[in-house]
Amino acid sequence: MESYLPALAGGLMIGLAVTLLLLLNGRIAGVSGLVAGVLRRPAGPWPVNAAFVAGLLAGAPLFLLAAGHWPAVRIEASSGLLVAAGLLVGYGTRLGSGCTSGHGVAGLARLSPRSLAAVLTFLAAGVATVALQHLVAP
Amino acid sequence: MTGGAGARTGALAAARLLAALAAGALFGFGLSLSGMVDPTRVRGFLDVTGDWDPTLAFVLAGAVGAALPGYRLVLRRRRPLLAERFDLPTSRRIDGRLIGGSALFGVGWGLAGFCPGPAVTALSFAGMPALLFVLAMLAGMMLHDRTALGRLGTSRESASRGEATGRPGRT
Repeated sequence: MESYLPALAGGLMIGLAVTLLLLLNGRIAGVSGLVAGVLRRPAGPWPVNAAFVAGLLAGAPLFLLAAGHWPAVRIEASSGLLVAAGLLVGYGTRLGSGCTSGHGVAGLARLSPRSLAAVLTFLAAGVATVALQHLVAP
Repeated sequence: MTGGAGARTGALAAARLLAALAAGALFGFGLSLSGMVDPTRVRGFLDVTGDWDPTLAFVLAGAVGAALPGYRLVLRRRRPLLAERFDLPTSRRIDGRLIGGSALFGVGWGLAGFCPGPAVTALSFAGMPALLFVLAMLAGMMLHDRTALGRLGTSRESASRGEATGRPGRT
């Protein structure tokens, strides 16, 4: 149970951050949309999108200050697989209008049927992908 | 008087920047603490037919558990604290774009164990692999947003954007 406490606490912080962005700025904290907003440079919201992304980049260094170590990160995928996966994640989240944060946290918090459909779809696709990988290369 | 209004607008814009920075930092800290930035842990969570690691279910439970009541309270307000209005998605359509895009995203998420938030957060400490993933992700986004490959079906989307914004139907 102990190992689940940081997960739960981290989750609560994420939910709080998502709520704060709505309360203060009236915006949905969907990372794929905000990152794409930085890329597209629309005149109005660009600085605010960039500020959110800059905050995200500061998250792990702040964790280092608080915890005294970097978060664990283990990346097993090869470079080729990382590129293929990155392309799929980038294209897919734009086509599907959201990712784990926009649909998964904000959308579910709004009880949006559209977001629930998206979450069930990307969870199912993720589960199937990992299962298939184990079948092909156990 | 216009000068005062201008100064107020400028102060509000600066406050919105700070708010976005703070929300992003809290979000990134939460991702770091929760284990969600660790692709192996994420893939362990998706590995329900194998050696399932349920940890990330607690991240989702915590995040939605905080945001659900949080959103309910916030959306009782007429407007946000620092902006004119709430900027909420208006489309309610469950269509091929939503399902197809989410499926593609899920495959990529399963392959690498990264989704956009954790990948950007990992940029500060995870080195080349994280950078490679994020660059490919940005390319994928641009492929959608800036080429004909992404314009398939956008006319429908822009048509649905005509719906009234403001307070959502369900709060």
